[in-house]
Amino acid sequence: MLEFSILFPSVLNGLTTGAVYALIALGLTLIYGVLHIINFAHGAALMAALYGVYFLHQLLGIDPYLALPVMIPAMFALGYALQRWVIGVASHGKDENILLVTLGLAIVLENLALFLFKSDTRTIDTAYTFTTVPILGATISLPKIVAFAGALAMAGALLAVMHRTDLGRAIRACAKERQGARLVGIDVDHVFAMSFGIGLACLGAAACFLMPAYYVNPTVGNGFVLIAFTIVVLGGMGSFIGALAGGFIIGVVESVGGLWLGESLGQIGIFVIFIAVLLFRPQGLFGAKA
Amino acid sequence: MRGLIGIFAFAAAVAAAPFFVSSGYALNAIIMTLYAALLGQAWNILGGFGGQFSFGHAVFFGTGAYAMGVLQVKFGWNAWAAAPVAAACGAAVGAFIGGVSFRYGLRGSYFALVTLAFAEVFRILANTFEFTGAGVGLMIKLNESAANFQFATKAGYLYLILTLVVVAQLATWWLKHSRYGAWLQAVRDNEESAAALGVNAFRVKLAAIMISGALMAAGGVFYIQYLHYIDPHIAYGPGVSVEALLAPIVGGIGTVWGPVIGAVVLHVLGEGTRGLMGDAPGVNLVVYGLVLILMVMFLPRGIIGVFQTRAARNATPTARTGAGRA
Amino acid sequence: MTSPVPQRRRKFIKQATALAAVASTGTLGFPAIVRSQSGPLKLGVLHPVTGPLAYSGNLSRLGAKLAIDEINAAGGLKALGGAKIEPIYADAPRPETGVAEVEKMNEAGASAIVGAYASAICLATTQAAAKHNIPHVVDVGVADQIVERGLKNTFRFGPGYRVIATDAINDLHIMNKLARTAATTVMIIHEESLFGTGTANLLQQLLPGLGYKVVEVIKHANPTRDFNNIVLRMKALNPDIVIPANYYNEYALLVRTMKQQGVQPKAVFSVLGGAASSYKFVKEFPDVANGIIDVNHWFDPKKPQALALKRKVDAMKDQFFTYEVFLNYESVYLLADAVERAKSTRREAIIEALANSSWDKHFMPYGPTKFENGQNQGAKPLMLQVLKGDIKVVLPNTFAQTEPVFPWKA
Repeated sequence: MLEFSILFPSVLNGLTTGAVYALIALGLTLIYGVLHIINFAHGAALMAALYGVYFLHQLLGIDPYLALPVMIPAMFALGYALQRWVIGVASHGKDENILLVTLGLAIVLENLALFLFKSDTRTIDTAYTFTTVPILGATISLPKIVAFAGALAMAGALLAVMHRTDLGRAIRACAKERQGARLVGIDVDHVFAMSFGIGLACLGAAACFLMPAYYVNPTVGNGFVLIAFTIVVLGGMGSFIGALAGGFIIGVVESVGGLWLGESLGQIGIFVIFIAVLLFRPQGLFGAKA
Repeated sequence: MRGLIGIFAFAAAVAAAPFFVSSGYALNAIIMTLYAALLGQAWNILGGFGGQFSFGHAVFFGTGAYAMGVLQVKFGWNAWAAAPVAAACGAAVGAFIGGVSFRYGLRGSYFALVTLAFAEVFRILANTFEFTGAGVGLMIKLNESAANFQFATKAGYLYLILTLVVVAQLATWWLKHSRYGAWLQAVRDNEESAAALGVNAFRVKLAAIMISGALMAAGGVFYIQYLHYIDPHIAYGPGVSVEALLAPIVGGIGTVWGPVIGAVVLHVLGEGTRGLMGDAPGVNLVVYGLVLILMVMFLPRGIIGVFQTRAARNATPTARTGAGRA
Repeated sequence: MTSPVPQRRRKFIKQATALAAVASTGTLGFPAIVRSQSGPLKLGVLHPVTGPLAYSGNLSRLGAKLAIDEINAAGGLKALGGAKIEPIYADAPRPETGVAEVEKMNEAGASAIVGAYASAICLATTQAAAKHNIPHVVDVGVADQIVERGLKNTFRFGPGYRVIATDAINDLHIMNKLARTAATTVMIIHEESLFGTGTANLLQQLLPGLGYKVVEVIKHANPTRDFNNIVLRMKALNPDIVIPANYYNEYALLVRTMKQQGVQPKAVFSVLGGAASSYKFVKEFPDVANGIIDVNHWFDPKKPQALALKRKVDAMKDQFFTYEVFLNYESVYLLADAVERAKSTRREAIIEALANSSWDKHFMPYGPTKFENGQNQGAKPLMLQVLKGDIKVVLPNTFAQTEPVFPWKA
């Protein structure tokens, strides 16, 4: 099991799978870091984005990677609207209400998809779906390598927004000190909505990178939620570098854990890490100390 | 005292139901509503009164259900003997999770997420070991007689779940009126201040999670005796965890009747929307989700909040977002 | 300080609400008097049409609906003077919901129930139906426990996983002996819940006895997002035969990954493979699907009614002729036959008719039905292979359309 020929591809595979997880976690960590919302609707939103990529391909023939400039703004708009006019309004700022609202949203989105698109699993076929790239004896699928690059790019873009733009500064201010931000004239509701929008925009990108190698049906999002939460906690809530690093680490742990303990029991590694991080280093690898 | 009368009046009313209601469907509806109320009340003790929200309450439920299953199927125990052991297992898991989490000062979202992680760990373990039946799950032999803790009539199960709900109600009433309950609520409202006043926050929270765990495990006991089959997904999956927190939040957390009212409302909503399904699966649940969101929008303190006076409203603040660690 | 009156009023409102709720559910229906002869046959059709099993649940419902519509269009139930079948459709995504729906069906006067696709849900619904003595035909649910509880009302038309796994192993052995290069090593990949684990356990028990070495058994979660590791193990161990037992999505991902990684065992020999004998899969991934073998529920390809139904379903938009469809279709016809012989809509009469049923007008390879403890004794799977973009029966010879191609070369 420790032979290089098995371990190396497994690690590479974990890194690329982890990249996709990171893409999903990037949005979640922003939403948590800024709004302190545990977004139960994140999986359902991913599902909605995947359907978006699917239909763009099936109906308009748009390649998933070329769909990025469509999906990102579309998901951003959805996120902005949801936070500004649904979540923000309904929750009255209370934890348990936010929980219920995002849960309710998840139920609505999932069943709307069921009603509109039926329960069939849908896949797309692209020229590069089965293309692989040999790396030192390991055969890695091309869509996953693209996803890896995509994750790095997205993280970079997010960091740029956070630290180089006024919006980024406003977001960081609201995350740190909501009342203070309001006092200096920042429209907190608008900034929160922008943050949620960016969070969902990340999902739009994630969907573009995920769809070629995966599939979509109304319940597909549920399989990613727990992993996304684990990565957010491991990386540090609110840290993009953390989400990236966390994604890679969890991807590799899942992969290698699967090799050693079997795919079913191997999943336990993820949650053991989750618990350990929460207990011993809750700010995560890169998060600020509470 | 008035509260106690209320609980017993409720119990008496429901106990009388089998004499007036012969519809199996209606009796089953009452049973499942009470079941949801039990789960909700268990959650409410830790979440509403203790202020520690849990996203993985299934971890206690599944433990109770599996304990019942394993003791009967693998060890041949009598169900009546197994039941209190199962509840104790729930409390033990509560002690473990609470002990670890509270010792490391986990609060707020961090605590919520750690319970979620524990539930998943237990699910994976249950799926792995032969003695819990692994993926195949556990099936309790059908042997309907009161001696086996199985009942041929719905009424039998109704009394069983009613008893458990009454116990949960009494426990909650006691929380509301006892000194321990005052400590717990003080810890919920402001742990540091409570500690400064001499309350041992750790012990108080630990007791709460153990009580909550035991009651939730009782829900698991009921489930497996009623439906006879359990598998890792049913036992430890997100379904039960979500079900446990929906009723109290909708009804009003931190109150004695919140989970019961929430359970009734959600059940009626569920059945009501079911009829909308027609030929298009999914529509009914879209409506259900929308109503849920609307309920939160217009009843931010839960249904009970509508009936509370302003003074009472101000007297029961809820958990705050923010720092998740001591 | 609050005055006592508002306190009492508040408590009263709380309690009154609770009591009112109890009262209202109590008035929601009195036990329906089960009509005996005249009137339609009320048939409960119970499947998970929402939730994670929705795809299979909806196909199951389609199969039942096709049969019901056909019977009604052809003049209804002759022995009851042309009485129509009146379906009561219900959703059962979880066991508890299934139980509640069975109660509802009982009160709506259902004479029989068909459903509920998933084994875990079937366990609960058959039990609930047994309390009211409602005959319950299990459409798919392959767990053997379903027919091992001594319930008199439960009848399963199709095979359970013990029969399927045993037949599969025998078929594998036959195929292997006929080939020039014999295969000896086997790798089993199964999903982690009831059907996958149960099937895998049986395979593990029986294979060594026939001389096969099980090099690895891999259990995976539902859902599994990535199969690269499992395929890596496959590459390392190089088994002659890979045996998957899982649901559609995972099966599809697994074989797609195998193709991507260039892994080609002598055979992909599925037992209850989720996508293996699915026209949907063959249509969407023709290259990957080619050559795959599956031992699964299937119809007798020589029976014209099967082909006619297949044509009908193929003509429908986005529907595929899957086992969910034809098993439910036949389950309804099985019930109709029982009702015709019982000449009654009374539950006990139908149960008795089912118990001594010897119906042979179906298109499954089962022979005339014969129920023992609720299990149709002749029920069996067929061995199929995807060849040239179509699914063909390859074993046993009595039903085979062509010979199996083994070992498989891409």
